[in-house]
Amino acid sequence: MDKFLLDIFGSELIKDLIIPVPLFAFVIVFALYAVLAERKVSAFMQNRPGPNRAGGRTGILQPIVDAIKLLQKEMVLPERADKWLYWMAPFVVFTGTLLGFAIIPFSSIYVGVDLNIGLFYFFAITSISVVGMLIGGWSSNNKYSLYGSMRSVAQIVSYEIPTALAALNIVMLAGTLSMQKFCELQAGGIQNWFIFGGPGGLSKVILIPFLVIAALILFISTLAEANRTPFDLVEADSEIVAGVHLEYAGMQMVMFLFAEYAQMFAVSGIVVTLFLGGWQSPFGNAIPVLNTPWMQFAWFIGKGLFFVFVQIWLRWTLPRLRVDQLMQLCWKYLIPIALVCVFAVGLYLVL
Amino acid sequence: MNYSTVLFYIFALITIGSAVYLVTTKNIMYSAVALFISLFSIAVLYILLRADFIAITQIMVYVGGILILLLFGIMLTRKVTEVDITSNALNVIPSVIFAVGITAILIVIMLTTKWNIRAPLNNEVTVNQIGKMMLTGYLLPFEIASIVLLVALIGSAMYARKSKQ
Repeated sequence: MDKFLLDIFGSELIKDLIIPVPLFAFVIVFALYAVLAERKVSAFMQNRPGPNRAGGRTGILQPIVDAIKLLQKEMVLPERADKWLYWMAPFVVFTGTLLGFAIIPFSSIYVGVDLNIGLFYFFAITSISVVGMLIGGWSSNNKYSLYGSMRSVAQIVSYEIPTALAALNIVMLAGTLSMQKFCELQAGGIQNWFIFGGPGGLSKVILIPFLVIAALILFISTLAEANRTPFDLVEADSEIVAGVHLEYAGMQMVMFLFAEYAQMFAVSGIVVTLFLGGWQSPFGNAIPVLNTPWMQFAWFIGKGLFFVFVQIWLRWTLPRLRVDQLMQLCWKYLIPIALVCVFAVGLYLVL
Repeated sequence: MNYSTVLFYIFALITIGSAVYLVTTKNIMYSAVALFISLFSIAVLYILLRADFIAITQIMVYVGGILILLLFGIMLTRKVTEVDITSNALNVIPSVIFAVGITAILIVIMLTTKWNIRAPLNNEVTVNQIGKMMLTGYLLPFEIASIVLLVALIGSAMYARKSKQ
């Protein structure tokens, strides 16, 4: 990919500027249609039609209509807000999320940058959006916003630990941190995916229960990091109105929303890459047509969208946790269980 | 001129500029945000030096840990308890002397050292080497650091817990 673009444009600078463009386009289109998906899925679950005016019964043009409406809205500055920080916060949040996409491996021929410490980079870079949320909550000069941002910090900082521990299982098995390597190692069909023990002999069967649990922990804790229900205490609308988003309107609100939906796909991408084979086809090379680089895009995005659907599904099924329940779940259940998984996988690797 | 050189100068300027703003501004929240920008552009400088592991660790530790704690502390003290904190300058003359002295020493060192310059190697995997060194040659410092962290954890948990009286 790198070499190909370098051949076309003949300049390092232009090549480096071109590579993020598909990522950015994907994030924008995905975020627009994820909002529609959320509304449609919730409508289906509550037995009502949902958006059905723009673009026929499916509401397929609704995101475009929404975008035009939001673009026209006035950007409101609260009277006692801190002007500079208030303008800056949505962009910091969105940038932090978008930076995470740099290492998401969409296919064997396309990844933003194949860092050899990709996974570590992802965990580090998500903390930037936390800073954005803190700044946004503080500068709005509203106690509900402030509570929202304080909750977001407590939540995201604590849930980083089970996320990292669950991912550590796979890092130990694979012996790498590069996202492309994770995908390459899981070649050869569904039985070689890391959730089923990864490539290896028959003895890997004893690992399967631990890895399934680790995958569940990773999914739960990344759900909390993306601030989705049942962990959406940051914007709990029945308790603190809308948390950090409260004072924002128009395009700035859109930035927050885009960041949230983009984060949903990013964390799904991490779960898919680590446990479900990334861009590998579940049939391996038995059906070569299904494992070409372009089909790999479809596999990866399909698996990612499935997890996004599960996240939406959970949002409209589960009630929200209380703050103390949230902390209890993290520190008393997820972290010890994840530690047991790490010990089991470590023991297996030593023996 | 290579465009990474241009990037270096841009981010070096941002680092110094935000650091100067950090110490001169009166608003403590602005100081924290300037610190964020400064720490982040230092991470960019590490990347330009091809030390990607250190760069990510810089973001993880300083931006993800220390800076968020700082912001959290400022928010708790200022908006919740209605105490207005301003960061006034104290001990201006000694600190200026100290800063000028350190700058002079650094410039002298920079000009007198013989630098070993070599072409950068592409895609060096440094994580494996760092991991091996931590568990072989530098095991004792590594373990001592982890014990210090554990003690700090237990201590903070003890202070945070309500006393029984």
